[in-house]
Amino acid sequence: MNPSDVVRLAARSLATNRRRSLLSLLGVVIGVVAVTSLTAIGEGALRYVDDQFASLGSSLVVIAPGRNETTGGMPMGVGGMPNDLTLDDARHLARRIPSVRHAIPIAASSGRIRHGGRNRQVPIIGTTAEFEGLQRLELATGSFLPPGDPSRGSAVVVLGQTVARELFDQANPLGETVRIGGWRMRVIGVLAERGTQLGLQVDETVFSPVATVMQLANKSSLTRVMLDLRPRADQRRVIEQVKSILIERHDEEDFTCISQDAVMSSLSSILRILTLSVAGIAAISLAVAGIGIMNVMLVAVSERTDEVGLMKAVGASRRQILALFLVESALLSVAGGAVGLALGTALVAFGRALYPAVELVTPTWAIGAVLGLSLATGLVFGVLPAWRAARLDPVESLRGR
Amino acid sequence: MIRVEDVWRTYRMGDHELHALRAIDEEIADGEHVAIMGPSGSGKSTLLNILGCLDSPTRGRYFLDGDDVAQLSDAALAEIRLRRIGFIFQSFHLIARLSALENVALPLVFGGVPPAERRTRAAAALEAVGLADRATHRPSELSGGQKQRVAIARATIMGPRLLLADEPTGNLDSRSGAQVLDVLASLHREGRTLVVVTHDPAVARRADRVIVLRDGAIAKRVAGADVTDLVRLFDFGNGPA
Repeated sequence: MNPSDVVRLAARSLATNRRRSLLSLLGVVIGVVAVTSLTAIGEGALRYVDDQFASLGSSLVVIAPGRNETTGGMPMGVGGMPNDLTLDDARHLARRIPSVRHAIPIAASSGRIRHGGRNRQVPIIGTTAEFEGLQRLELATGSFLPPGDPSRGSAVVVLGQTVARELFDQANPLGETVRIGGWRMRVIGVLAERGTQLGLQVDETVFSPVATVMQLANKSSLTRVMLDLRPRADQRRVIEQVKSILIERHDEEDFTCISQDAVMSSLSSILRILTLSVAGIAAISLAVAGIGIMNVMLVAVSERTDEVGLMKAVGASRRQILALFLVESALLSVAGGAVGLALGTALVAFGRALYPAVELVTPTWAIGAVLGLSLATGLVFGVLPAWRAARLDPVESLRGR
Repeated sequence: MIRVEDVWRTYRMGDHELHALRAIDEEIADGEHVAIMGPSGSGKSTLLNILGCLDSPTRGRYFLDGDDVAQLSDAALAEIRLRRIGFIFQSFHLIARLSALENVALPLVFGGVPPAERRTRAAAALEAVGLADRATHRPSELSGGQKQRVAIARATIMGPRLLLADEPTGNLDSRSGAQVLDVLASLHREGRTLVVVTHDPAVARRADRVIVLRDGAIAKRVAGADVTDLVRLFDFGNGPA
C-alpha cells in the first residue's frame, strides 16, 4: 500500500465526519496555542532581562561583605563576624587589578529626609562620582556627587526625581538645605526621571558621598563594592584577583563576589526553567487532547467495523488496517497542531503589538517540540483504536450488517 | 483446487460447545461451480468463510492449491485473500463514502498498484459488469443489482481463480438477481472456480453440483439439475418452499 494512499484514505474518512473530526482536534489546538504563547512570554521575559543588563553597558563585578555559599542572595554573617569591607579595600582593588576601571564603593542606608514642613522616608545611597557613569544616570538639574577622595565626605545630596517633587513641589531645590537625621545637607543635583533599574528605584532614592553616609548611619563597612571593568575584561579572572587581594587583607574569605555574568546566567536559567515548566503544564493539555482523539477513534472503529471486515476480506493485512487508523489519528492531531500553531502565532503577534517593551517570540525549539508532541499524541493515543481495528475478526465484523 | 479434511468449527458458548461444522470432507476442483445449500444455522456461511481464509477451522485441515492454510501467517492469508480469492456478500459491503470506481479499486490499493493503473483497471472491471456509466456514483445512488455488480467487479479486479458468493441474490429482486447470476455464470465460464451459498433452488440449479449441509455436517451431495427434487425432500424451514 502506497503511503500516499494511506493518507488519502484516512483523510477521506475524516472528511466524512467533519464536525466530529474538528471537535476532536480542538483539544490539540488549545494545547498548542497554550504552549506557543506561554513559551513566547518566557522568551520575552528572558530577552527583557538581557536588555536590562545590556543597558548597564559596562561589565560589572560586585563584592559584598560576608560569606555566602549561594550566589545572588543577601550575604549573611554566618560563622563569625566578617571583617568590614572598607574604602581601603576598594582602593586596593582599583589600584592592583589592571582591568578594573573604577572600584565604586556603596554604603546603603535609609532615613527620613526633611525640608520645610515636609518629610519622606527614603533609601540613602552613599557612593562616589563614578556611580553616575556606571548607572548611566541623567541629571535634570545641577550635578552628581563631586569627584575626589572617597574617604572625605561632604554634606551634599543628589535627589531622585520623586523625592525632589515631594519635598519641593515645583520650586527649584538646587542650593536648598535638607535635613537627614541630625545633618543639614545642601542639594547639589536632581536626577531625571528614571524607572526601576535592576531593583534600584532611582526616583525614590537620595545619593550622598559614601563617607558621609557611613558617618550618618554609623557604619564601619561598605554594603557593596562595585568594580566597573574595562571592556572585554575576563570576569572570572577578575574575581580570582579580587579574592587573592581581599584574602591577603582579611586573612579569610569573608566576602562574596558576584559577577554580572553569573547573576545574568542564573536569572536566565531560572527564567528558562520557569518557561519549561509552564510549557510542560501546557503540554499536559495535549495529553488530555490525545484522550479525546482516542475516544473519537474508538467510536470510528466501532462504527466502521463492517468496513474493516470488508477490507480484510478483499486482502488488507492487519498491518495495513493498523496503518490506516493510525494515520487517521495522526492526521487529526497534526492538523490540530498546525491550526494551533497558526492561532498561537497570531496571538503572540497580537501580544507583541500590545506590549512592545517585551519582545514576545515563540522560540524555535518550542515550535518544533509542540509539532512533534502533537504528532506523537496522535500516534500514541491512536495505537489502541488502530490495534483494536487491526485485531477485529473479519467474520464477526461482516456479520454486523 | 480446494481440499477440506475433517474440518470442525466449534464455538464455545459458556460451558457447552456449539459445532458449526462437523467433520467436513470435501474437494472442489478448479473451474467447478458448486452451490452450498442448507437451512439457516446449518454452517453454510461458516464453511464459506473458512474456504475464503476469513476464518480458520478449530480442527482438521484446509488445503488451498496445496497450501495448508493453518500454517500461514496473517500477512500471507491477507495476500491469499487479495490475489487468489474474490468475495461477494449478500449485503454488498460497499464503502459508502467512496465512488463505485474507488470501491472497485480498493483491493488494488491494498495490493500497492499505482493510481493511474488502478483507474484504468477499475474502469475496465466496471465496464465488464455493464456499469461503465456509473463510475462516479456513490453506492447510495445505485440500485441493489448495480451495487452487487460493483461488488463483483471489486471481487474480480485482482484476477482471483476462486470466487466465493454468500447469498449473492439474497437482497435483490428476481430481475436484478438474474442479472447478477448471469455475470457470475460468465465469470465461471472464463474458468474461475465458483462457490455459491444460497437458499434459492433457482440459484443452486445453475451449479454443477450442490452440497447440502444440515447441523454442520454434509447431509447430501446432488447434481445441480436435481435441486428441485431436493427442495421437496428437505424442509429448509426458511427457504422458498
